[in-house]
Amino acid sequence: MSIVVENLTHVYMKGSPFESVALDDVSFEIQDGEFVGLIGHTGSGKSTLVQHLNGLLKPTKGRIIVDNIDITERTKSSKWLRQHVGLVFQYPEHQLFEETVYLDIAFGPKNLNLSNDEVEKRVREAMELVGLDYDSLKDRSPFEISGGQRRRVAIAGVLAMKPKVLILDEPTAGLDPKGRDEILGQIKDLHRERGMTIILVSHSMEDIAKLVDRIIVMNNSRIALMGKPEEVFSHVDELQEMGLDIPQIAHVIRGLRERGMDVPENIYTVEQAAAAILAMVRGRSNA
Amino acid sequence: MELMIEVKDVQFDYLSYEGQEVAALNGVTLDVKKGEFVVIIGHNGSGKSTLAKHFNALLKPSKGVVLIKGIDTRDEDMVWEIRQTAGMVFQNPDNQIVATIVEEDVAFGPENLGLPAEEIRIRVDEALKTVGMDKYANSAPHYLSGGQKQRVAIAGILAMRPEVIVLDEPTAMLDPSGRREVIETIKYLNKHEGITVVHITHYMEEAVDADKVIVMEQGKIVLQGTPEDVFSQVEVLKGIGLDVPQVTELAYRLRVEGLDVPQNLLRVEEMVDAICQL
Repeated sequence: MSIVVENLTHVYMKGSPFESVALDDVSFEIQDGEFVGLIGHTGSGKSTLVQHLNGLLKPTKGRIIVDNIDITERTKSSKWLRQHVGLVFQYPEHQLFEETVYLDIAFGPKNLNLSNDEVEKRVREAMELVGLDYDSLKDRSPFEISGGQRRRVAIAGVLAMKPKVLILDEPTAGLDPKGRDEILGQIKDLHRERGMTIILVSHSMEDIAKLVDRIIVMNNSRIALMGKPEEVFSHVDELQEMGLDIPQIAHVIRGLRERGMDVPENIYTVEQAAAAILAMVRGRSNA
Repeated sequence: MELMIEVKDVQFDYLSYEGQEVAALNGVTLDVKKGEFVVIIGHNGSGKSTLAKHFNALLKPSKGVVLIKGIDTRDEDMVWEIRQTAGMVFQNPDNQIVATIVEEDVAFGPENLGLPAEEIRIRVDEALKTVGMDKYANSAPHYLSGGQKQRVAIAGILAMRPEVIVLDEPTAMLDPSGRREVIETIKYLNKHEGITVVHITHYMEEAVDADKVIVMEQGKIVLQGTPEDVFSQVEVLKGIGLDVPQVTELAYRLRVEGLDVPQNLLRVEEMVDAICQL
């Protein structure tokens, strides 16, 4: 499902002394099946932006078109929209409320008036997608399981609605490296195997660099940079001025190039760096 | 050198969901010297927070002994003495702030020590200045960023004039700039105020400048030493699901491929130098 955002402006508490512009003339397009990373420091407008994409906020100005349907004005479309654009908030496990894992994940599908069989099928599928064992966990209280598991229950609750677009706001915040890698791996599979359109909001350049097709960088309520990871990461000074950082490995490559070493510029993962340095050293010894 | 924290063969048992007794800590021995900066790393469930809670008598060992400046944490009469010596900062800044004005929040601890008002004023002003939050003394905490709130929480501990500060994942819920603020504050306290720091984290980058790094897994210490020593054990760290800094991982991969780079590289400049010398 494609998303088109045209000249989107959002002003909080307009007309009051607390008026503040959270989004200022933002335009971009996301293609069906794309995996996009959204970065920016706290207060840059990225959370305000994603809340527009499933109709939680309405633009002050501008248009949003999802799957060729203008969602800006038509309030009738909001049920359709929330079903198709799933939004996983920051710390989504704080929103768990049911007595069992099963009931919590089933809450959304039940509200779609689906049959019990269909609800059960969806809960099973959603749990499988996030790597939770159905039989051993379905009857547990969501408050007795580990933090990483709780987060996956919350994500499963969104997946059980079978959205076409999945937006995740900092899905790995506060998780340890193992929990983070598991969740990112599952998100990657949703994109690869199910063809879902994914928007990942993250502070971690390392995670973004490994996963996404394209990066949108927000700063001061506007889009500051947009493009493939290697394009965006080449703007080191601008990113640092915005309080963002490039992956550590990109600093190494930059340092090497400044010292006159023959390595390509657009490298931002450990694998790529190792390959480039080996190629450089071996090329030298063969010469 | 004087020992601030001594942990001797400590075991801590708790009852699991299934009703079984589980050892969250199992034979842990370590010590922290006065003025040291110690980082404890481990993933969730490794026992690192349980260990931290032993450092100010929030938990007491099932077996073994914990001494804080020579005081046994099992001694009920000395609990306040211990908590004044070792202050704790937790993960979520919102759970630690109790007042509606920043300076009142920082004053909460000293007020409970029954100090005279003038002394409290001095301590609060000093503490806020030390963490760089003096400008916000009269602000409401909920208007502050996560990093700022966490610095207020640290100021609240500082106003108690502790000799040790134990920080349990203080950066886990912060964005990169908030994380940087808090780390710089902690380093400042250690270097310039002489406060002993125990910093618990799962961000490896935060351990690079420590005097000592302790790696926990399944209630035990699996590695202990300088950052260089610990991070050179790339395989052990990866085996227990921990990250190493990208630079260290690159060094590891290049060594596997037969290039002659040192394994104990931690910083970008060191890596660049090493490759330029090939």
